[in-house]
Amino acid sequence: MKFNFLTLIIVALCLVLGVSCEDTLIPAPNENELLDGPIEGLTTAQQIQFLSGDEAFGDVFTIEKGLGPIFVANQCASCHAGDGRGTPFVRFTRFGQPDTLGNQFLDMGGPQLQHKAIPGYLPEQLPAGATFTDLIAPPVTGLGFLDAVSDVDLIALSDPNDANGDGISGRPHWNNIPDYVTLRPNSISQNGRYISRFGKKGAAYDLLHQTSGAYNQDMGVTSLFESIDPYSGLEEDPEVSTQTINDVVFYLKTLKAPLRRDESKPEVIYGEQLFSQIQCASCHMPTLNTGYSPIDVLSYKEFHPYTDLLLHDMGSELDDSYTEGFAETSEWKTPPLWGLGLSKDAQGGSYFLIHDGRALSIEAAILLHGGEAEQAKSKYTQLSEIEKQQLIAFLESL
Amino acid sequence: MRTYTFLKTKPFLLGLLLCAIGGTINAQEKIVTRVPADTSKTSLNMDAVYNRPFLALKNTPVALGGYLEANSIYSSEDGVSEGLSFQARRLTIFMSATISKRIKFLSEIEFEDGTKEIGIEFAAIDVAFYPALNFRGGIIMNPIGGFNQNHDGPKWEFVERPDVAVNLLPATWSNAGFGLYGKTHKYNWIFGYEVYLTNGFDNSIIDNEENKTFLPAAKENEDRFEESNSGKALFTGKIAIKNRKLGEIGFSYMGGVYNKFEEEGLTLDKKRRVDVFAIDFKTTIKKTGTYIVGEAVLIKVDVPDTFTQQYGTKQVGAFIDVVQPILKRKVLDWDNATLNLAARFDYVDWNVGTFNETQTDIGDNLWAITPAISFRPSAQTVFRLNYRYQWQKDILNNSAAKTATWLFGFSTYF
Repeated sequence: MKFNFLTLIIVALCLVLGVSCEDTLIPAPNENELLDGPIEGLTTAQQIQFLSGDEAFGDVFTIEKGLGPIFVANQCASCHAGDGRGTPFVRFTRFGQPDTLGNQFLDMGGPQLQHKAIPGYLPEQLPAGATFTDLIAPPVTGLGFLDAVSDVDLIALSDPNDANGDGISGRPHWNNIPDYVTLRPNSISQNGRYISRFGKKGAAYDLLHQTSGAYNQDMGVTSLFESIDPYSGLEEDPEVSTQTINDVVFYLKTLKAPLRRDESKPEVIYGEQLFSQIQCASCHMPTLNTGYSPIDVLSYKEFHPYTDLLLHDMGSELDDSYTEGFAETSEWKTPPLWGLGLSKDAQGGSYFLIHDGRALSIEAAILLHGGEAEQAKSKYTQLSEIEKQQLIAFLESL
Repeated sequence: MRTYTFLKTKPFLLGLLLCAIGGTINAQEKIVTRVPADTSKTSLNMDAVYNRPFLALKNTPVALGGYLEANSIYSSEDGVSEGLSFQARRLTIFMSATISKRIKFLSEIEFEDGTKEIGIEFAAIDVAFYPALNFRGGIIMNPIGGFNQNHDGPKWEFVERPDVAVNLLPATWSNAGFGLYGKTHKYNWIFGYEVYLTNGFDNSIIDNEENKTFLPAAKENEDRFEESNSGKALFTGKIAIKNRKLGEIGFSYMGGVYNKFEEEGLTLDKKRRVDVFAIDFKTTIKKTGTYIVGEAVLIKVDVPDTFTQQYGTKQVGAFIDVVQPILKRKVLDWDNATLNLAARFDYVDWNVGTFNETQTDIGDNLWAITPAISFRPSAQTVFRLNYRYQWQKDILNNSAAKTATWLFGFSTYF
């Protein structure tokens, strides 16, 4: 009897343990269903720094660690969940610059409104008379490729005076840059300004500029690069280390480019053709090339971001009477469309598109286009319902 | 995790002391008796702190006891695994002493994950005036819910503690304070109560690296044994009713001001409260021998409107364990060896509500189911094989991250 009972127990355990572990554990999703993950080909040392940056990207800032006193979010990943696009929950406001003459409200808390505050403090209020725009954060995947496109290529794509007469006149954002950035190899200067390419208005020169600005303006965290506390307006000791910021910048540079899905489906193929036919591809350039990058796997690569990284006049509907750098208030940098189909996976299952998330579908976003994109929008509205579905199927495959 | 200073600096001495006591017991084996736990039907969850097997030294008023928990774990979250690990979850040592008639003392010291976290979970003096009126003071465990009172590993069929107990409530959270408790019974009914005033929570419950309202963050506050962060007492009260045939149900409440609202006479903030309501129950279906235990919790926290909605104002959670003995007989020299099948259901929502910006539901919740097989050679020792499947949603309500975990381990009193 003893033997039988023990045998029963052992057999039961063996049966359970005998089931393949692989069958009982969670399978990994397909790589093209995820925005996060490193680009292929990183060295071991680069992978280690990628992991450090990944950890720092998810690091939660508490009051003790330097959050605030006024802030927008308390970690990078709050605004870029899953490395994707932000949501209205972490929508933020920039204010105070109505033209290209600079921000008139810097001494009143500009350019960003920190609308949250740690207990005991009051959040910032929008100053009377300040023009403003609401923004949601862009996805952060593939940024290393965008960073490595040469200035020469961007100038070649531009057509500021619409010389080819297609109604589209993109131009680089020539902007002043902070002292701490390192110029790209073969960077080009125009009147002491350089081509900036990150941010909705393309006002940030590179990922160090963008990242240290986000630590400061989004989380109220000072660094060696941005040492002025948004609340006090005073220079403060760094609350985040230079190494951490460097790691996060490296992480952003080496996040993979989003991978496509369903690209062989007929409706997607037809949609891609329509995308070019109705001139979407004139601004949302399907293919760019990187120049030299100190990160080998980013050097001299062809990639497919669906952007030209240039400023375009998008018409009155998207003119919020606020701008940055030397962009006009109606000008926006063409946002990359890669990863568009995965946006809602990071936005709680719904689309929140356009710079402020007001467009709740891809079609709604298309219909908000104006200015240089007026023709493309008009052509879209003339498509049949099937063609529209094909175009959207293509966009969702990106 | 922090350690309490005197223990952190003296773990070696403490170990030496325990070895010495152990050696003494070995040398005097004949005068050591094993005092089994009270399994009478009048005991409630509130009795669990004393209701444990002890080793008593004859002719001395001191009794010793403790338990050990260890396990292996292999898990995978969305296809990514950290591999196989072995975990020494906790070693708990308790010591009780009868000081004089009506006065007794008990202390419980816990080493978690080796010496990563060392804490005094309980160290209190009890003075019995009547069965229905007792005084307790020292470092006491706030009696919120049932698990917090009755948490010894060997009593459970699962390696992991319930999520509601460790990720919503602060499991085995203790504080300096005083209070009263008592128990009375008539016919098949037993009634117990506990009321305590203790030090309480602090701002970390809404400002922590979990990035959510998280009461267990208060366990990190070492100062709670010497001062109340808010300057106000935390009230904890519980009533429990048991019918010998039906089972036990408990209703508990814990609440008070958690934030430092003034300092040096200056007002820093308004008084902000945390209020916790819990209901726990346990029963055994006589016909089948099925044991069922569960707990549900509601937490309300006053979070400043101007702070981030990342930190929720309302939380709920629950768990239920169903344990079915399937075999009970003599095996080898174990007279009452038992084989159980069991299942646990966990649910925790750290942030109940909607986003101000979109009026859509806030996520930040977790579901889990854990089927289990356990083998008890005796009531004091359990070997457990668990498979846990968990769905966890982030605050934005994105698709749930899925985690599957195999756990195999044991827990035993000694």
